Amino acid sequence: MKARRKPKLAVWKFASCDGCQLTLLDCEDELLAVADVVEIANFPEASREVARGPYDLSLVEGSITTPHDAERIRTIRKQSKFLVSIGACATAGGIQALRNFRNVREFLSIVYARPDYIDTLPHSTPIADHVFVDFELRGCPISKVQLVELISAFLGNRKPNISSHSVCVECKLRGNTCVMIANKVPCLGPVTHAGCDALCPSYNRGCFGCFGPKETPNTSSLSHQWSNGLSASDRDIVHAYRTFNAYAEAFKKEATTHEP
Amino acid sequence: MRNNSGGVIQRADIGQLLSVLTEKGYITIGPTLRDNTIVYDEIESVQDLPIGWTDIQAPGSYRLIKRDDEALFAYNTAPQSWKRYLNPPRIRLWKAQRTEGGGFTVDPEDYAPSKYAFIGVRACELKAILIQDKVFLGGYKDPCYQSRREGAFIVAVNCTQANETCFCASMNSGPKAESDYDLALTEIIDEQRHEFVVECGSERGEEILKELQHRPVEAEDSQRVDERIQETISQMGRSMDTHRLQSLLASQPNHPRWEEVAERCLSCANCTMACPTCFCSTVEDVTDLTGDHAERWRQWDSCFTMDFTYISGGHVRSSVMSRYRQWMTHKLSTWHDQFGVSGCVGCGRCITWCPVGIDITEEVAAFQNSHSQKTTNSVEK
Repeated sequence: MKARRKPKLAVWKFASCDGCQLTLLDCEDELLAVADVVEIANFPEASREVARGPYDLSLVEGSITTPHDAERIRTIRKQSKFLVSIGACATAGGIQALRNFRNVREFLSIVYARPDYIDTLPHSTPIADHVFVDFELRGCPISKVQLVELISAFLGNRKPNISSHSVCVECKLRGNTCVMIANKVPCLGPVTHAGCDALCPSYNRGCFGCFGPKETPNTSSLSHQWSNGLSASDRDIVHAYRTFNAYAEAFKKEATTHEP
Repeated sequence: MRNNSGGVIQRADIGQLLSVLTEKGYITIGPTLRDNTIVYDEIESVQDLPIGWTDIQAPGSYRLIKRDDEALFAYNTAPQSWKRYLNPPRIRLWKAQRTEGGGFTVDPEDYAPSKYAFIGVRACELKAILIQDKVFLGGYKDPCYQSRREGAFIVAVNCTQANETCFCASMNSGPKAESDYDLALTEIIDEQRHEFVVECGSERGEEILKELQHRPVEAEDSQRVDERIQETISQMGRSMDTHRLQSLLASQPNHPRWEEVAERCLSCANCTMACPTCFCSTVEDVTDLTGDHAERWRQWDSCFTMDFTYISGGHVRSSVMSRYRQWMTHKLSTWHDQFGVSGCVGCGRCITWCPVGIDITEEVAAFQNSHSQKTTNSVEK
């Protein structure tokens, strides 16, 4: 077992804030253990040293926003045995996908002195829209615990224990009281993918939906309750769904329904 | 059964109950204020109880209000039941370690007996514990549950008021605890008195009562208890018609009502987590980065999650409709086949803690009504 070649791990960045790949550095105690069992072949945030491909496991952060990146992800896919997209940008297009709901040309003309220098795609899209993805780690940012679990599962040749049920399950396991029912706080927990260990509701805040839609999300029923039970306006509903996972199908659809 | 012994404890002396139990090595768990709710948590003294507070529950809604008295137990049910103490949300079952030379050792988890005293168990919750006993101790004895259940001292508190979401009376599970407790308290407050009528349900209970300042029970005391219980029954906000319900639900897998409720259902699993009888769990195997250490964990699961029915080839219940139908049909119909009782005790938690306020009694009524309409129609024909 011990004698076998260490698997090569590569970390790739596309349009993103680096927060997700920094989760790997943030592993602290586990980081040395990770470095012990994999060869970190490409991780510019940690080292300038780059080992050539192919790679056993590629962690891909960020969304595809330029023609150049759309090409680059194909090359990375070809060099990777397993490709896992990490974080809301890579799995749903990220916060920058808000531009998908407007004309990006207009933004360019407002923001840049020389818009003609900018070569960008009209939409910010998730990695899975471009290449086959073996697994997606959700979150903005991803959870450190889930990242270590993913790498451990990869090394152990097993399925990672990562559930796609609601944040509500995590609240109940922790013993949290439902903030929506007891405090009348709008919460996206019932339609949001677990993984954060119910971070915000544990501090009496409603869930912001950082991990994107859960399996079989019923967003229309939740919105109905927000409007009728919590006096949320259509504008509130649009704002709640248009954040880090705005372009994830279920959230995109729900926000569009409530747009003026 | 030793319901004939008991006593009356004055409000000023009720604190002794907690101190005596603590002296005897019990960890006292009871109602206390937290996060704008009354939850069950570790308590040390009467001061930790929700003195003068009550809960107003409705479908998808819970709020606390101050009462105009200093009642200790004048609320109904906490967001979560006692099951988190008897069947914890997440436990390790065993761990394994690779050894030199390619072998491995397995260490089963040692569940040291815990000594909990549950203060304020409602009649519906007591019935739920008895139902979970059938699940965890009926055939195979679950060692974790057993270690916690056998040591538990139960102080039941009869409900002297009912909530909007309560329907224990129609489920024959309350509001008065009839048996299987160590002590049962009824809180009596009026102009002249603030006291607790205590009934002993076990020898352990009698021994504890002996150590507490109390006077004998008079006929008037029992009468006052009966009055409070009758009043509570009259306040029940809901009821469930269980007549022929078992066969009715079993015969209606394609009823249009299932689709209607699925339109509203979030499949968030809150109802099953809050339910005091739901017992399903999943088992996860984890390995660490080195692959030299493995553990098996058990965690609460729900029939509302997709993974719950994942088998080779896909999910058995991929539609929300099929998942809601499974839950309600199990609870009210096939539970009888499996355990000889209903899986519902009428505590109302699934109604209060459903974020969109789906009401199981309303769903049952819809089935009962459409059935009686059909029966009437066929008679008319």
